[in-house]
Amino acid sequence: MNEAWDVVVVGAGPAGLAAATLLAEQQARVVLLDEQPAVGGQIYRGIERAAEHPSLLTALGPDYVYGATLAARFRASGAAYRPGSLVWQVTPEREVWFSADGSSHLVRADAVILATGAMERSVPLPGWTLPGVMTAGALQIMLKSSGVVPGEPFVVAGSGPLLFLLVQQYLAAGARPAAVLDTTARANEWRALRHLPEAVADRAGRRDLAKGLMMVAGLRRSGIPRYRHVSDIRIEGADAVTGIAFRSGTTQHRLATRLVALHEGVIPAQQMPRSIGCAFAWDAAQQCFAPVLDAWGNSSVDGVMIAGDAGGIGGGRAAEHAGRLAAFEALRRLGRIDAARRDALATDDRRARQSQLAVRRFLDVLYAPRDAVLRPADDVVVCRCEEIAAGAVRDVVRQGCLGPNQAKAFLRAGMGPCQGRLCGPVVTELIAQARGVGQDEVGYYRIRSPLKPVTVGELAAMETE
Amino acid sequence: MGYDLIVIGGGLVGGAIAWGAATKGASVALLDQGDIAYRAARGNFGLVWVQSKGAGMPAYAHWTRTSSELWPDLAGAMAGATGVDVALRQPGGLAFCLSDEEMASRTALLHRMHNESGDIGTRMLGRDEVRSMVPGLGDRVVGASFCPIDGHANPLYLLRALHAALLQHDGAYLPGRTVDAIDAAPHSFTVRCGAERFTCEKLVIAAGLGSRDLAPMVGLSMPVTPLRGQILVTERLRPFLDYATHVIRQTAEGSVMLGDSQEDVGFDTATSAMVMQDIAARNVAVFPALKDASIVRVWAALRVMSPDGFPIYEQSAQYPGAFATTCHSGVTLAGAHALALAPAILAGELPERFAPFSSRRFDVPSA
Amino acid sequence: MFRRLDATPGEIRFTFDGTEQIARPGDSVAVALLAAGEPSLRETPVSGAPRAPYCMMGVCFDCLVEIDGVGNRQACLTPVAEGMQVRRQRGARGVL
Repeated sequence: MNEAWDVVVVGAGPAGLAAATLLAEQQARVVLLDEQPAVGGQIYRGIERAAEHPSLLTALGPDYVYGATLAARFRASGAAYRPGSLVWQVTPEREVWFSADGSSHLVRADAVILATGAMERSVPLPGWTLPGVMTAGALQIMLKSSGVVPGEPFVVAGSGPLLFLLVQQYLAAGARPAAVLDTTARANEWRALRHLPEAVADRAGRRDLAKGLMMVAGLRRSGIPRYRHVSDIRIEGADAVTGIAFRSGTTQHRLATRLVALHEGVIPAQQMPRSIGCAFAWDAAQQCFAPVLDAWGNSSVDGVMIAGDAGGIGGGRAAEHAGRLAAFEALRRLGRIDAARRDALATDDRRARQSQLAVRRFLDVLYAPRDAVLRPADDVVVCRCEEIAAGAVRDVVRQGCLGPNQAKAFLRAGMGPCQGRLCGPVVTELIAQARGVGQDEVGYYRIRSPLKPVTVGELAAMETE
Repeated sequence: MGYDLIVIGGGLVGGAIAWGAATKGASVALLDQGDIAYRAARGNFGLVWVQSKGAGMPAYAHWTRTSSELWPDLAGAMAGATGVDVALRQPGGLAFCLSDEEMASRTALLHRMHNESGDIGTRMLGRDEVRSMVPGLGDRVVGASFCPIDGHANPLYLLRALHAALLQHDGAYLPGRTVDAIDAAPHSFTVRCGAERFTCEKLVIAAGLGSRDLAPMVGLSMPVTPLRGQILVTERLRPFLDYATHVIRQTAEGSVMLGDSQEDVGFDTATSAMVMQDIAARNVAVFPALKDASIVRVWAALRVMSPDGFPIYEQSAQYPGAFATTCHSGVTLAGAHALALAPAILAGELPERFAPFSSRRFDVPSA
Repeated sequence: MFRRLDATPGEIRFTFDGTEQIARPGDSVAVALLAAGEPSLRETPVSGAPRAPYCMMGVCFDCLVEIDGVGNRQACLTPVAEGMQVRRQRGARGVL
């Protein structure tokens, strides 16, 4: 296969679905590549199949069910759709290589829209590599895609909206956590208050705040122990989790459990845009790197656009509008519409996206991760693949290492199968802290293809022309 | 405050010379660039390779052998000083031939090198003999050349160890410096990096591709150009290949490195699907079972090539005390650079054996 | 450790290290194995430590398994299929 398209969209979450739908409805030749087996991304994961299970839909709530409309509109749009496609290389010339069913394929396009979404921030703490430790998002995916829930008491630890949403959905589904360890820092609560007015001033902002209050109230009503201002978490066990020790305020606690869900917010998935050479900058408010984009999602690489949480965390509804904005811009690029027409068509989406972002600053400040998560202690593993601890990174900085690429060469951190996805942000933070400089100055791993492991045989067999 | 020696370039060549000089008691500063640089030392294949080095230049063949013999001392010193195991293995090396024509030309090359620079035990292996040494070879492998003194090592750990060992000998490792200018006088140099000034009696330029612009500042010529190489790296696999080979190397960690391309593309370190396919196909022909191994990393780096591909070592006639060095075999030659070249530089005179490596060899007008 | 909200029996049969397992449509290999009670899916090639799926969305690569003879497949991204043969990876894989 070696096909030419007007637009290639990567990722079938809200941004990718909305972009591909709009483009197809406007008669552009568009193909959507997604590594998942079905549409929805992570937020609407399993949305088409969940319709067969009404009780599951009830538990997951109306914000999840909303995704069915997006999926249906995409299906009706006529956009080409390739699930199970692992994109492993995108070039600045807009050649997209992907692996599907054991062989690699090439598609080319005039524009590429990356809608690769977010990933959960790494939560490096003692014991986080043990079987029995999963992210809150991972547990939510099991619930959405297969209706699988913990079958025994478990502990939820961390901070951020997803954590509380998971608890709410679990309670509705009849799975009850033994305890919720809320790591939100006390200082954050006061700082966040300053940003409350801008959230309250907007209708979507008020709705988001109300949902948050409902979640917290539901948790309180449930009677599940909620430990607040939790720190110094240590997950215990030799070959699997046996318990979790932590501090809440000034009191030390220990709970026996075999399953721990961790969550400290989400950050943009960086791998694909970085591999193409898209410029990134440190976002101090969200404590993460985000690609440098214009109002339409154009990255620094001509013809490569980024939409949705991959471009900065804004949530699923904002992502949908960002996807449509990128699609309008792609239509302009293709010569289907001029700039004035694009601007006119995009008015509603621009306004709606702004509205969806009204609560964001409040959330960013309230759920800002603690130092110990961003820059863990020396004995904590930061590179899960090569099993490299934070102290080793600090050691090479003491020997003069200035950045993550030299650290990677010296330590093998980031050389394993995850290709630095989980340790990259942490290694940059550790080096920035040790050197006393900013994250932008430290930089990030140089990301190269293949973005997913490809076998030697598959590479040898591919048609390159 | 001045240094006895400043080395410009913190790669394998500069790092080896700086550490070697520091162990002799010199006060040494090693100037290096930042995290992102055209750093050949981070793109190396990791061979300590003798068998085909120096055809047409016996001095290079002998220099390579010297380095190979010094390598165990270097590896031992690194482990002793820093605790870093640079994973030196010298079990012999194989260059596989995939056709009778390749066998014939390889045989001719070894014959020529034997006549020019002496016997190091290199010999051709036929179809059956190479299979008795290496299991899993594909049908297309018709034979190989074998050299018993070839080997391999981890170039990244070597670089790390050289930097760490330099610090232990009170050397200064000064990263994040870009040299803007060098004020030169005989046995007195001032290196300018932004607002900073570093002075020294002896200066070594080992800046890889950057040497081209720096060397003329001290009256030397370094006509080097980039040659891109791409390398594919697999997941960690159980050990199956101890030998060094010219296209495939299994590291101490178990990863298998598949190389490597030679592409004249200027200062472009991108990877390309076409070259990746070519490398993959060639290596599957050698080891068919590798087809199921996953590639987890691919990188491209720029080799530093002189016009004839051989190293350049030279002291400035105009500004004695300034030296320039370059080669594209920073791993193989690390033993010699650290333990033979560095003392000669400190002594202020490159011995006679270095005469053939002068850049003046490129001045000869072509007939 | 996990249970299914819907108690009707599954119909997709596959094996894990030769032992028969049951899955349902929509399950990834990772979900099916976790739901079947497997505490861990692999041992790392670095230290041999046991690992289980962590992110379930294709990021962490801690769910790598061998599927139908092909190693390093991401169990969380691979839909389970009838007759699939899944094997645990214990440390580095052998190719010869």
